[in-house]
Amino acid sequence: MTIKGQAYIVGAYEHPTRKAPDKSLAQLHAEVAAGALADAGLGVEDVDGYFCAGDAPGMGPLSMVDYMNLKVRHVDATDIGGSSYLLHVSHAAQAIAAGKCKVALITLAGRPRSEGQATGTVARPGDTNRPEMQFEYPYGVTVANAYAMVAMRHMHEYGTTSEQLAWIKVAASHHAQHNPHAMLRDVVTVADVVNSPMVASPLHRLDCCVISDGGGALVVAAPEVARSLKRPKVKIIGAGEAVKGQLGGRVDLTYSGARVSGPIAFAEAGVTPADIKYASIYDSFTITVLVQIEDLGFCAKGAGGRFVSDGNLISGVGKLPFNTDGGGLCNNHPANRGGMTKVIEAVRQLRGEAHPAVQVKNCDLALAHGTGGLLGTRHGSATLILERE
Amino acid sequence: MTYVQRPIPAPTPTPETKEFWNAAAEGKLLLRRNRATGEAHWYPRALCPFTLSPDTEWFEASGQGTIYSFSVMRRAEVPYAIAYVTLAEGPTMLTNIVNCDFDALAIGQKVRLVFVPSEGGAPVPMFEPA
Repeated sequence: MTIKGQAYIVGAYEHPTRKAPDKSLAQLHAEVAAGALADAGLGVEDVDGYFCAGDAPGMGPLSMVDYMNLKVRHVDATDIGGSSYLLHVSHAAQAIAAGKCKVALITLAGRPRSEGQATGTVARPGDTNRPEMQFEYPYGVTVANAYAMVAMRHMHEYGTTSEQLAWIKVAASHHAQHNPHAMLRDVVTVADVVNSPMVASPLHRLDCCVISDGGGALVVAAPEVARSLKRPKVKIIGAGEAVKGQLGGRVDLTYSGARVSGPIAFAEAGVTPADIKYASIYDSFTITVLVQIEDLGFCAKGAGGRFVSDGNLISGVGKLPFNTDGGGLCNNHPANRGGMTKVIEAVRQLRGEAHPAVQVKNCDLALAHGTGGLLGTRHGSATLILERE
Repeated sequence: MTYVQRPIPAPTPTPETKEFWNAAAEGKLLLRRNRATGEAHWYPRALCPFTLSPDTEWFEASGQGTIYSFSVMRRAEVPYAIAYVTLAEGPTMLTNIVNCDFDALAIGQKVRLVFVPSEGGAPVPMFEPA
């Protein structure tokens, strides 16, 4: 069985807030749900499947299904960090293809900014039953330094430079200047990035994503539902997922789970990286983008530094327009989980509804890819390929 | 430059790793290996992560290693160097490089085992330039 053509993304909504001290987490989830359903032209009574991940309050889907009073016959709360929502699109398509539901709602929301989390720079104790906890927490593993070790090894193996990584932020900032909701709207230069304070060597402050409140939601529906709606049709044609860790001690930081999830998605879709007109690539840090671009096959392993340089990721300038909303690097990283906004901007591009200054011409094929967890220790990986019909 | 050691939080042993941390208290780094294949892994598990065989045993590591990658956490109250160190016995472990000049650290550098006290728990295996 394939999910190719079995389901469509019919609704997408990104919360405009970037700081929400006066809203509850459940409220944000419900607001984005309402936004995505309104975008689709559907009502809450149409929803019969619900998907969420670890950012949702309470036990899996239970609290939010109850809060929104959904009448669901299918739920899934698979959590692979920030990439969960890309995986949810795929799982929703599978459930629809299997007849388990017809209209699936996926939500993400969070308030790390209002809660004052030092998100990426402080080691946090977790459940002591996590087998790796005792072998990582005492060493001060943070989000930033776990990704930084990937960057350091990439530089060592392939000669990648801080200036090359900086180009990724520069491209994101070129896009963010057109997004009125983006947290960082100033265009930055390579020099701005490499001269910003060092956070975890070799990653500077401007190599890191923003910390924001907010959220987003998607509605995935069966073909007959999609045909009954007025919105442009975004068809799901391929998906892949993977989990990569420390490989029992045979650690290899040079590649990510995208090396597995990408080819699965491309094979299912029957397309190649060269066919992709627009790519949403998870951008928790600049290095995240670089490694994923290589692993997804947009360039050879080790050639990512040259590939991203000189504006090659800038819409209208380079060969691979990416994250035209400004991405996590400049726009928004709600709940510290960027997978949802990756799908939303891909949907905008395929509908022709991105900002005119960044809209890719004749954008009929897009990729969205996410990494969740920590690239340098263990992470989930999910790739989606979407087509305008 | 004088090296300043940040406080190390206590590790939280499980029944599976009690022996590892007891040995750490005696200044020994234990590794776990598959008795049939002889292959060591990291982090230590009762079941070999390459075969899921429960036929595994502890043995003492030499304490010699090489830096596979590292990052100096500058945005911290006391900066520190996190690293992956590839042990002479094969596995690569997450650790810290201590007693060092952060600016002189390099991938490929030889390092040796040192135990650093934790706050109220077993000492933690770390590495310093050899």
